Amino acid sequence: MNSSAPTAITVSNMHKTFGQLEVLRGISLTAHEGDVISILGSSGSGKSTFLRCINLLETPDEGVVTVAGETIEMKRRADGHSVPASQSQVDRIRSRLGMVFQNFNLWSHMTILENLIEAPVHVQKRPKAECVEEAKALLAKVGIDDKANHYPSHLSGGQQQRAAIARALAMHPSVMLFDEPTSALDPELVGEVLRVMRSLAEEGRTMLVVTHEMGFAREVSNHVMFLHQGLVEAEGAPRDLFGDGATDRFRKFISGQANPAN
Amino acid sequence: MLGFGDRGWGFALIAGALMTLAVSLTGLLIGSVLGSLIAWAKLSGHKVGAAIGDAYASLFRGLPELLVIYFVYFGSSALLTATGNLIGIEGFLGVPSFAAGALGVGIISGAYQAEVYRGAYLAIASGELEAARAVGMHRLLMFRRIIVPQVLRFALPGLGNLWQVALKDSSLISVTGLTELMRTAQVGAGSTRQPFVFYLAGLGLYLTLTFVTDRFFEAAEKRATRGLKRIHG
Amino acid sequence: MMSLDFIWQTFLRLLAALPLTIEVWFLSIVFGGFVAAGVTWMRVSGILPLSLFARAFIFIFRGSPLLIQLFVIYYGLPSLPFVRHSFLWTFLREPFYCAVLSLALCTAGYTSEIFRGALAAVPRGQVEAARACGMSGFLLFRRIILPIAMRQGLPAYSTEIISMTKATALVSMVTLWDVLNVALKIRNDTLITYTPLLVAGAIYFVLNYILARFFVWLEFVVSPHLRRRLH
Repeated sequence: MNSSAPTAITVSNMHKTFGQLEVLRGISLTAHEGDVISILGSSGSGKSTFLRCINLLETPDEGVVTVAGETIEMKRRADGHSVPASQSQVDRIRSRLGMVFQNFNLWSHMTILENLIEAPVHVQKRPKAECVEEAKALLAKVGIDDKANHYPSHLSGGQQQRAAIARALAMHPSVMLFDEPTSALDPELVGEVLRVMRSLAEEGRTMLVVTHEMGFAREVSNHVMFLHQGLVEAEGAPRDLFGDGATDRFRKFISGQANPAN
Repeated sequence: MLGFGDRGWGFALIAGALMTLAVSLTGLLIGSVLGSLIAWAKLSGHKVGAAIGDAYASLFRGLPELLVIYFVYFGSSALLTATGNLIGIEGFLGVPSFAAGALGVGIISGAYQAEVYRGAYLAIASGELEAARAVGMHRLLMFRRIIVPQVLRFALPGLGNLWQVALKDSSLISVTGLTELMRTAQVGAGSTRQPFVFYLAGLGLYLTLTFVTDRFFEAAEKRATRGLKRIHG
Repeated sequence: MMSLDFIWQTFLRLLAALPLTIEVWFLSIVFGGFVAAGVTWMRVSGILPLSLFARAFIFIFRGSPLLIQLFVIYYGLPSLPFVRHSFLWTFLREPFYCAVLSLALCTAGYTSEIFRGALAAVPRGQVEAARACGMSGFLLFRRIILPIAMRQGLPAYSTEIISMTKATALVSMVTLWDVLNVALKIRNDTLITYTPLLVAGAIYFVLNYILARFFVWLEFVVSPHLRRRLH
């Protein structure tokens, strides 16, 4: 980890229960600026829930999230549930966390360009002309500047996901969150999305990536977390974790990923 | 006043509700005959047949229901009288209001039922029809064993809605003088000078009818879609 | 019998009644829309008494015929002494207001279900994406949920609006001189059975045809994202 750099985001002791099911049982994480952290785990390990709790798309039962020095204030309701104390703070922090979803979730009634400028103009209240210029540059960066005036349904899955990444970047986020960004894509479209993510990592962006792509975790990220049943089973630099430091369970997990048919 | 005694209107209102059920049901059946004929005409691929089906459906979806019922009621009696005069029967011949009303509701319902049946037919997976052909079913057998049961199953939700529509449209038949629920409430309101009580009671009975029959259709749908349930786990 | 001149005269008289039909239609759709928005909000508010009230409202106005609703309001309410002595009487003694009120409430029952369906059809992921960008509350509703819901609800809503032109014919039952009532009067006065009703039917049909075309066009305009791309 890049521990000399300032801290970008910390999460401590996060818990989340759905009904009877304890999905997160106390997970903590610290990312310094420029860190790329891959979060691995089999389905049901809680990795997506963890990411969704970070920007409060799910409300964690317990846990503290601090982004760029600002801690999300929580309060307890009368029924014992914890809820964010201030919606405006949540909105502000969310606009600093760029989220990329598994299913892209582009707004279907807006063109790609409109998708990109929507939040900068209406949430961050920046001048529209500036946002448009910047959005065009971002689309060029992810390689779909010719699609600016198309609607999402006219794009392939890979193009949609690249557009969604550009939409997240348009907010000038301090941290990018990726929730299985390639899982909904046909295999031949995975590469173009991973290339974009790799170039972001090389620029020094802070990224938290929930993924099944072992190649990405091993080669691009500088830190890997392996979740199992709501806890961090193992974590460390990829060369340690994928090398001698691997636990049995992680070894088994990797071999399962290599042969998804099994 | 709404009681069931000598001077009560309870029995009259119940009888009116039953008449409403009878005339709506007759209308729905007339509509199902007309509707399936139109659906067949539209699916047949015959240009003329399809055009007639389209014209019928868009005409009776575009006209006010009350106007259709007036037209059928006045029109059918005029037609009957004219025919009577032609064969030597003098004077006015009226079509019974039950028949005219059910026909009016049926003509309207048929325009909507056509679309329900057509959609249901198109919802049958083409592979199932191919499979029927592959096992050597001839057309009539395929129609009876494969198409009709599936069309009924797929059409049931739509038919449930159209039944509710027919039930509500049937209140318009009161203009022909048929003593269904609406007309009974009107008569009661007029002769007791208690319109609020009678129209509210009528409204309550209509709600009861729609509620109860809706449960019935729900149960029928549940039964009919047994084969469509996915097995979980 | 069916002289062209008579048809023309009938047509002119019915056309003179068209403004009333359209007035009733327009006002009840506008008021009905507002009521429907309120009922929808109550229905999805998550506050039990409000949502129960909304359910009851929808059940009553969708579950019974418009004609009897109209009669409860026009004949029923004024027979109650306390209504006669309240400010409501100013409105309820006018058949025009009764008709508009009754049609508006009835269409609100149907329309609020359309609104609710449209809201439910907004894909969760797109709402989530907006939340992830820091949108919430009214901004989220105005910029993302409402535009998507309006497009989703348009087909059903256009059907409802067209069925409202047909429903206006019921105001002939409360002494208003709309197109149908004038046609019935001509029939009564002349004893000519078919012509007045046929001409009235033609007017309604053309009105609905124009509306239907308009909505087809509107749906095309507001859903560029569902069209195949042109290049």
